[in-house]
Amino acid sequence: MIKVNVKKKLKGYKGDFTLDVDFELEKGKFLSVFGKSGHGKTTLLRIIAGLEKPDEGYIEFNGKVYFDSNKKINLPPQKRNVGFVFQDFALFPNMTVYENLAFVNRNERNINEILKKLEIYELKDRYPSTLSGGQKQRVALGRALIRNPEILLLDEPLSALDESIRLKLQDEIKKLHNEYGLTSILVSHDKKEVFKLADRVFVLENGKIIKQGTPRDIFIEKDISGKFSFYGQVIDIRPAGIVNIATIDINDNLVEVVVGNDVKIGDSVLVGVKGFNPVVKVISLL
Amino acid sequence: MDISNIDWIPFWLSLKLAVMTTVILVFIGIPVAYFLSYKNFKFKTFLEALFSLPLILPPTVLGFYLLLLMGKNGWLGKIWEKLAGHQLAFHFEGLVFASIVFSFPFMVYPLISGFKSVPKNIIEASYTLGKSKVETLFKVILPNMKPAILTGITLSFAHTIGEFGVVLMVGGSIDGQTKVVSIAIYEAVEQLDYSTAHIYSIVLVVFSFLTLLILYLLNKKFEVKI
Repeated sequence: MIKVNVKKKLKGYKGDFTLDVDFELEKGKFLSVFGKSGHGKTTLLRIIAGLEKPDEGYIEFNGKVYFDSNKKINLPPQKRNVGFVFQDFALFPNMTVYENLAFVNRNERNINEILKKLEIYELKDRYPSTLSGGQKQRVALGRALIRNPEILLLDEPLSALDESIRLKLQDEIKKLHNEYGLTSILVSHDKKEVFKLADRVFVLENGKIIKQGTPRDIFIEKDISGKFSFYGQVIDIRPAGIVNIATIDINDNLVEVVVGNDVKIGDSVLVGVKGFNPVVKVISLL
Repeated sequence: MDISNIDWIPFWLSLKLAVMTTVILVFIGIPVAYFLSYKNFKFKTFLEALFSLPLILPPTVLGFYLLLLMGKNGWLGKIWEKLAGHQLAFHFEGLVFASIVFSFPFMVYPLISGFKSVPKNIIEASYTLGKSKVETLFKVILPNMKPAILTGITLSFAHTIGEFGVVLMVGGSIDGQTKVVSIAIYEAVEQLDYSTAHIYSIVLVVFSFLTLLILYLLNKKFEVKI
């Protein structure tokens, strides 16, 4: 069980605000902190890891106090058993893939096992500068896991990667989370990713948790009765007689839908279907 | 003039002085640059300005104050005389001390830019992986700023070899003690002994060029891709 209750004043680009969160996370859960950038998501993760100090509050990991402003306890990151995966990988450029892991834990069998599991065993003697983004992030994941962390903190780990690699690594992260019985917190602004990985979501806005629940609770709005709905963005509107036809981008699928006058280009919209049952057909993607 | 009559001791002194100065400066420079790069404290700007002084002061000004400090009546001179039994000024140790002060910014400033060039997140990654600040310094930070370390070493070494004014002020020109090659050249010219001056100078030019060449070649090799 992880308990976090912290406050910290932050400077946002739209003015100062206070990060103020209070939550508990059970062992084995996958939590996602979702929200736009500049609302304190990464800071929250850094506070949990001990890289930043909250103004006040309390952090406890499985009965061990990591931070307590009343008792003036503040364990440095070294003493907190966390695995942190950075957005831009943060691999040690002076060490090979193998050495990046061995720096943490010299157990050769563990290193080889985890390298094989992440399918990067063949790259073990390569330096990070010679790897692709996806490969780098696999190394970073392996390095974070080799210490058997009590919690895995993922700070937008896949946002620097191509879509196809991102999808594959999402599967890998999910697999590792389950296999190692990890407790994980993922910071992300990608709904698909959160939906796929998390079993619990916080929406963070101006430092506060404004919504929480399962991804289903959060992302599927209840005011549409049809079960079939998608988020999309209006990229074009053209008049067609007395109605307007909008071109909407739903995760790279473009659809044309008749809309009213209240929809503008650039709007985020929920496209739903009412009144008939959608047909689902299995297709094979290239 | 026969080349076998040349007194090579000034070269040996210059080399010894430069090597000792550089080695000591590496050990002083790394912690100083580390704190100036990563810590924020009250007198930081004050210290930065102070450490840059040797860059703009004429060597004679620096040498003059160092002479007062290290002379018989200077506090450092007094302490040294008690400890070592002889004066600090006009001795080789005095030259080493003066060179350290004189070459200090040439070591510290390259190191500071080196420290600042190391991405913050690899340092933080090391901390979250349980590594102490000291281990992170030696295994993550320093290995990823080798070119900066090498630049600091090169500049300090070259600057000490080429030093003249400060050495003359605090060391005088004592054979086998403080008469380094730059001073030996000056003296030879003063005595119109141009052939000796020529030999000293050309050896110094070739030596300096080779040293720099080797260091720059090494620097290429050390460049770390991030």
